[in-house]
Amino acid sequence: MLDQSAEGYVTADGRQIGPVVLELKNITLRFGGVEAIKNISFDIREGEIRAIIGPNGAGKSSMMNVISGFYVPQEGEIIYKGYKRAKMPPYQVARTGIARTFQNIALFEGMSVLDNIMTGRMNLMKSGFLKQALWWGPAAREEDEHREKVEKVIDFLEIQHIRKTPVARLPYGLKKRVELARALAAEPQILLLDEPMAGMNVEEKEDMSRFILDVNDEFGTTIVLIEHDMGVVMDLSDRVVVMDYGKKIGDGTPDEVRNNQDVIDAYLGVSHDE
Amino acid sequence: MEAGFAGRDMGGDRVVTTTATQSALESVPALLARNAIENANLTAYREKEFGIWQSWTWKQVKAEVDALAMGFLALGMAPGDHVAIIGRNRPALYWSMVAAQSVGAVPVALYQDAAADEMAYVLDHCGARFAICGDQEQVDKVIEVQEEVSGIEQILYLDKRGMRKYDHARMNWLMDVQAEGLAARSRFEAELKTRRAALNYDSTCVMLYTSGTTGKPKGVVLSNRNILETAKASCQFDTLTRKDEILAYLPMAWVGDFIFSMGQAYWAGFCVNCPENETTMAADLREIGPTYFFAPPRVFETMLTQVMIRMEDASAAKKRMFDKYMAHARKVGGLILDGKPVSAGDRLKYRMGEMLVYGPLKNTLGLSNIRVAYTAGEAIGPEIFDFYRSLGINLKQLYGQTEASVFITQQPDGEVRSDTVGVPSPGVEVKIAESGEVFYRSPGVFVEYYKNPESTASTKDAEGWVATGDAGFFEPDTGHLRIIDRAKDVGKMADGRMFAPKYVENKLKFYPNILEAVVFGNGRDRCVAFINIDLNAVGNWAERNNIAYSSYQELAGHPRVLATIQEHVEAVNASVAEDPMLSGCQIHRFLVLHKELDADDGEMTRTRKVRRNIVAEKFADLIEGLYGGADSVYTETEVSYEDGRKGVLKATVELRDAKVVAPDGQRMAAE
Repeated sequence: MLDQSAEGYVTADGRQIGPVVLELKNITLRFGGVEAIKNISFDIREGEIRAIIGPNGAGKSSMMNVISGFYVPQEGEIIYKGYKRAKMPPYQVARTGIARTFQNIALFEGMSVLDNIMTGRMNLMKSGFLKQALWWGPAAREEDEHREKVEKVIDFLEIQHIRKTPVARLPYGLKKRVELARALAAEPQILLLDEPMAGMNVEEKEDMSRFILDVNDEFGTTIVLIEHDMGVVMDLSDRVVVMDYGKKIGDGTPDEVRNNQDVIDAYLGVSHDE
Repeated sequence: MEAGFAGRDMGGDRVVTTTATQSALESVPALLARNAIENANLTAYREKEFGIWQSWTWKQVKAEVDALAMGFLALGMAPGDHVAIIGRNRPALYWSMVAAQSVGAVPVALYQDAAADEMAYVLDHCGARFAICGDQEQVDKVIEVQEEVSGIEQILYLDKRGMRKYDHARMNWLMDVQAEGLAARSRFEAELKTRRAALNYDSTCVMLYTSGTTGKPKGVVLSNRNILETAKASCQFDTLTRKDEILAYLPMAWVGDFIFSMGQAYWAGFCVNCPENETTMAADLREIGPTYFFAPPRVFETMLTQVMIRMEDASAAKKRMFDKYMAHARKVGGLILDGKPVSAGDRLKYRMGEMLVYGPLKNTLGLSNIRVAYTAGEAIGPEIFDFYRSLGINLKQLYGQTEASVFITQQPDGEVRSDTVGVPSPGVEVKIAESGEVFYRSPGVFVEYYKNPESTASTKDAEGWVATGDAGFFEPDTGHLRIIDRAKDVGKMADGRMFAPKYVENKLKFYPNILEAVVFGNGRDRCVAFINIDLNAVGNWAERNNIAYSSYQELAGHPRVLATIQEHVEAVNASVAEDPMLSGCQIHRFLVLHKELDADDGEMTRTRKVRRNIVAEKFADLIEGLYGGADSVYTETEVSYEDGRKGVLKATVELRDAKVVAPDGQRMAAE
């Protein structure tokens, strides 16, 4: 077990993990009579790569949507940066420093890569719609500043060559990377990645893993990750939450989770009355 | 350092070339000092970063280099030290080279795509104390081999990304070194001046390793005399001036890049543009629109293939217009470029074509402003060559070697053909030995192979004549040199006829479908060939013909692909048969290899030249099959993946017979 004092802990590869930044307490989410999430609690620490895994339909994406503010749980509370988070729409959650990517790519297909990434900074722009449309005075200056930030992200993710290519023309792996770029452009403190490697080949997965580690390393971004590829999860993450049928069945380091009997059962499909 | 120049006019376009300054121009740092005065506010370097072209004037470059050099002094770089430079073309790496020269050290550029063990040999052989790496990837390789290579004391890196967690006890960010150098100016300025003053024509300018199609790479030591005299002569030959622009995208370890992006750039004072990264080359080329351009035939081939593939997808009207005007360009374009008489009607039509097709096409390719373009390294297909010339692009050929500081022969304007390599460059003497081997002597001739006196002696004789290792002859009418093949590759067949594999391979490679060909037949009674298909061209063809394939191997074995290749081989046979001297080199049997020849597997050099012996050894079973008459051969081949892992490729390769043409009349023995 990791030494998890309030201040944080040091990972096996020597990274300093900070105090808890987001804490989920007794979250229950219902859709009508269906309980998608049943009384789950866990925390996310600053600078951590935190994975959420589980079989299909376990409630992982719902959990992600709760964190991003898209779903509001019927029970339980979310403590973010020490304060209980009030009920707020997702765009306001985004303003508090939480950005995400989607399981199914949700980019503007007709727009260029650059414009897509620029939309990631929408929340940070001060000038209003009219000023931006007229592109006048402070609005133009502001755009320059945002463009500079976006270019740094483009450089970081090595997508210079497709800067002006319409997204619709890109292969799947690159679209995923553009989506990550858009999320990064928002300069989030917590980055939610919903199956960033789904449908990728080995080489694309290696690239994406490297980028995730680099983001965490360079910007100190806390990363919450849903992923099916167990190799990727075990290699990347510091701590793993395992869900099954909306319940938390495991929480700990990759090694602890790997040796947890409940987790093994959930994945191998042991019948529940045994 | 600028103090000395204080009060002088820093105006842009002043010509100050007195004999007094000329005589002192005996090193690259001296040229930089001159440019910083004469061309102070002209752009010396551009690099696209964060989507914007950043630029530096000569004056700024001087300041950057001085600061770097003082930083190197602070790290204890001593005269004669070797400094390995590993990375893609970036201004700061070029400056590091000049800064190393400034303190009396010798820059050694390495191929950045070399695997760690290849790098280990070079680093160990030159005994580099410092390694300057472009990014984390290169740093990792150096660290990996640091155990076996004892010499490396300091690793410097340019791109900070991912480097934060490394142990920095013997590692520095290049910019930190520069900042320290700047801060310590008062301590090191005098020392730097002394070191620079000690440089002369005989001090080493750079050491570059030959790629070596056989054996281990050799370190070619080039002096300031070699580089500067060559730069001077070649700049005059093509009237290169400070107004020219080039794109530096070829490996820094290659002598050509050193001559173009350092020698000529510093001599003429023109601007060196560095692309954003490897993948943006085409877009950057278009944005810069260089006036002077060098590319190996492969690049021109790829560009042409891209154009043709895209024209296949164009609308019928556009395609018709393109075909019509390209046909006209093929007829008169070359003649107009060479200043030959062409009728007024044809000229008018060509001008129309320029407006409708050639101009926009050149603009798309980024070749609108080209004044001089060169290709070298391999033979270029006549059709490819003529395509560019017919567009009005002054594409010429040159023949050169690392040992010659590039230039041996080149084509003067107006005397350009695809099958010769031109006349001896200014200051170069060329002679053909009785064996047919080409020898040359020039101010550019290298000093020695580093730590290898035997090879130096066997390559360069006491009078300074250097053996090229190529067989060739001068055309009696034009005085142009023609190269047949590597001298050591030219052999005899069992019945005594001449065997010149490269000659046949080049003819094969002129077909867009064929990427590489290797012909065997030395000492045998007939020739056979291995073919590599071009995945781009053949893949596109497959797509248009609804042929599904999942891998190179599958496409290479497709019967229709084999049939197409067979047609090409037979056409080449017919063409080879026309030359009585070489008619014995016709290909009797061939196969399409199940894998692409790759430098990672040692089958090619890093400059993509086939290592014939290694290929023959590795695929001995296939050669035996070809000579033995089998219809197919099952083979297993070890391959290396990009991350260094090994795997085994299993395949059953189909062997095919090709029609050969019986030569007319008597066979001529090559004596």
